[in-house]
Amino acid sequence: MLRLFVKTLKTGVVTERFRKPKQSELEQLGIEVKRHIDKYFSGSLAIREVDAGSCNGCELEIHALNNPFYDVERFGIHFVASPRHADVLLVTGPVSRHMQTALLRTYEATPNPKWVIAAGDCAACGGEFGVSYASCGAVANVIPVDVVIPGCPPSPEMLIKGLLGMMR
Amino acid sequence: MSHRESNWRAEFLAELKKQHIQVEVSALATMPLWQIPAKHWRSAAELAQGLSARWVSGWAEQHSGQYELNTLFAVRGDFLLLRTSVPESNTELPSQATVYPAANRSERHAQDMFGIHFLDHPDNRPWLRHKAWKKHQYPLRKDFPLSGDPEPVTAPDMDYQFVKGRGAGVYEIPVGPVHAGIIEPGHFRFQAVGETVLNLEERLGYVHKGIEKTAEGRTPEQLARLAGRISGDSTVAHSWAACRAMEQAAGIAISPHAAFIRGILNERERIANHMGDIGAICNDVGFAFAQMQFTRLRELWLRSNRQFFAHRLLMDCIVPGGVSCSLTDEARATMRQELKALRKELDEILPALDLNSSLEDRLLTAGWLSEKTAAAFSAVGYVGRASGQDLDARRDAPCLPYERLNFEVIVESQGDVASRLWVRVREIFASIKLLRQMLEQLPAGVIQTPWQTPAADSEGIGIIEGWRGEIVTFVRFDDNNQIARFYPRDPSVVNWPLLEKIVLNNSVPDFPVCNKSLNGSYSGHDL
Ligand code: SF4
Repeated sequence: MLRLFVKTLKTGVVTERFRKPKQSELEQLGIEVKRHIDKYFSGSLAIREVDAGSCNGCELEIHALNNPFYDVERFGIHFVASPRHADVLLVTGPVSRHMQTALLRTYEATPNPKWVIAAGDCAACGGEFGVSYASCGAVANVIPVDVVIPGCPPSPEMLIKGLLGMMR
Repeated sequence: MSHRESNWRAEFLAELKKQHIQVEVSALATMPLWQIPAKHWRSAAELAQGLSARWVSGWAEQHSGQYELNTLFAVRGDFLLLRTSVPESNTELPSQATVYPAANRSERHAQDMFGIHFLDHPDNRPWLRHKAWKKHQYPLRKDFPLSGDPEPVTAPDMDYQFVKGRGAGVYEIPVGPVHAGIIEPGHFRFQAVGETVLNLEERLGYVHKGIEKTAEGRTPEQLARLAGRISGDSTVAHSWAACRAMEQAAGIAISPHAAFIRGILNERERIANHMGDIGAICNDVGFAFAQMQFTRLRELWLRSNRQFFAHRLLMDCIVPGGVSCSLTDEARATMRQELKALRKELDEILPALDLNSSLEDRLLTAGWLSEKTAAAFSAVGYVGRASGQDLDARRDAPCLPYERLNFEVIVESQGDVASRLWVRVREIFASIKLLRQMLEQLPAGVIQTPWQTPAADSEGIGIIEGWRGEIVTFVRFDDNNQIARFYPRDPSVVNWPLLEKIVLNNSVPDFPVCNKSLNGSYSGHDL
């Protein structure tokens, strides 16, 4: 137990705000996200992540949003387990045909008002996989999309920027 | 290498002859390739099993007016490719799945994609086919267009016959395809009594996006990009395996410099994933300290990836003929410092994991996989190695740089979640040592060897030990430098069925940690 506390104390707070209070672009972005989120959602934005056929690369970077460097929860952004609790669907991947109905149902289960972010090149345009017998391509081919975050995969900074784009 | 291992192929050949099975002997690069008549397909598998050969991979191909079936066997580093063919007019042949359970889903894959009919297959339900294409359509046949003829909205597959459980107090829990966390989609069907799992059935194929079909007609560069997106966490390993197969087909030797850079990329990918998963496994049993520390270390690691190689996950660094990037002397010095710092951090964090009794309580004995089951199902990677399977393609199918490096293959026999976790911890240390050696010995040379158009019909097999385990990739070219067939066998293909075994008699709430300790790739499996 002691080791645990020692390491925790020694590690300190690595969350970016404290490391580079002025210059950090991430922090400025975050503050802006927070301001927009506050206006529409009273300080809380619930996101349901849906992998509709991704290679899992996008998920790795979305996961990173919760690491101590980005810690998006402090901006009121949190990931929820059910679409029924969500304001935003964050969709990755080309939509595989086998996931098409599941994505449609998830979209329907999300209460209004709702926003859809297509994250990653696959979600944006089909990426390497395109449209085929097995893939519907871009998310917009299946459900309406409000914001597109490009990148393969988008970096955590890009993802935060994308959230900002949605709020404008 | 024991006498037995080096001679198993000779014994196998003798046994085949004894059974009057006609064998046409040839070779694929350095690997023996034996062609046998289709009617002996199962008997040959029985003989291979009698010699304790491991079923490594199986795939089909429509080639020169017939369907070819391939099974790759190995005893340690001695691989053997067995091939047969059936005419397009009659696609029947005996199944090997009754002999090798690992062949089960692989044959169902060939059944759904090519319309191969395996006689006496123990389970001929569809596997990859849900509702995106119809029952008698086979997407990997040459006359099936890439676009297919899908409905505007593909219906969910409600016809799949799941195993049913009956009896007092037995209830069923369906989970997915969309899961509660930020993870890939797939369906799990549990039968439970109280909290105890009686049976688990996986239903995968949800992220099938036609990778094998879209690969056809691609140039080598385009295939490398696609291979780097089979499973985003294994982008290095998959693109390496694909490039190695293509280079073998084209008869290209990459420079030792490029090979070392590939090795550095591969070990960096291994460390990144191991760190992420160790944190996540601990988090699944509520030990947030480890999750925070390891996600912190992983983030630092990914930032260095971007600094050294311009991509956090190292995508597109491996290209046909070599690599797209190199390391300056300065970068090498920085990386050496980074390795030292990582070691120091791990030395501080790991004792806190090791001595934590609540962690021990949850991870020890959970999700147990016996050596016998691991061997029967051809388990690979850390899943196999934690259950006594002494397999590592870096040692068993070595290529540069590994054949010039010293390292230890980590093998344990405990077989539980704890063991899979600690195997991965020890593999991080082994990878740090490998990275040090590679930085030390990095030979000078070009990063990319010019491409040569391979002869029509040439084929290649790339075997690479990625972080998840052994990847086996088959490639064939047509007469125009384009891909005619691409089949990457992700380690998940053989490891996924083991999840159904390890959760038995565990409690339902332990499923996430069991699943995470195995960590199959859905995308790598579904293709
Ligand atoms: S955008 Fe790139 S990382 Fe994301 S799912 Fe597509 S291929 Fe994978």
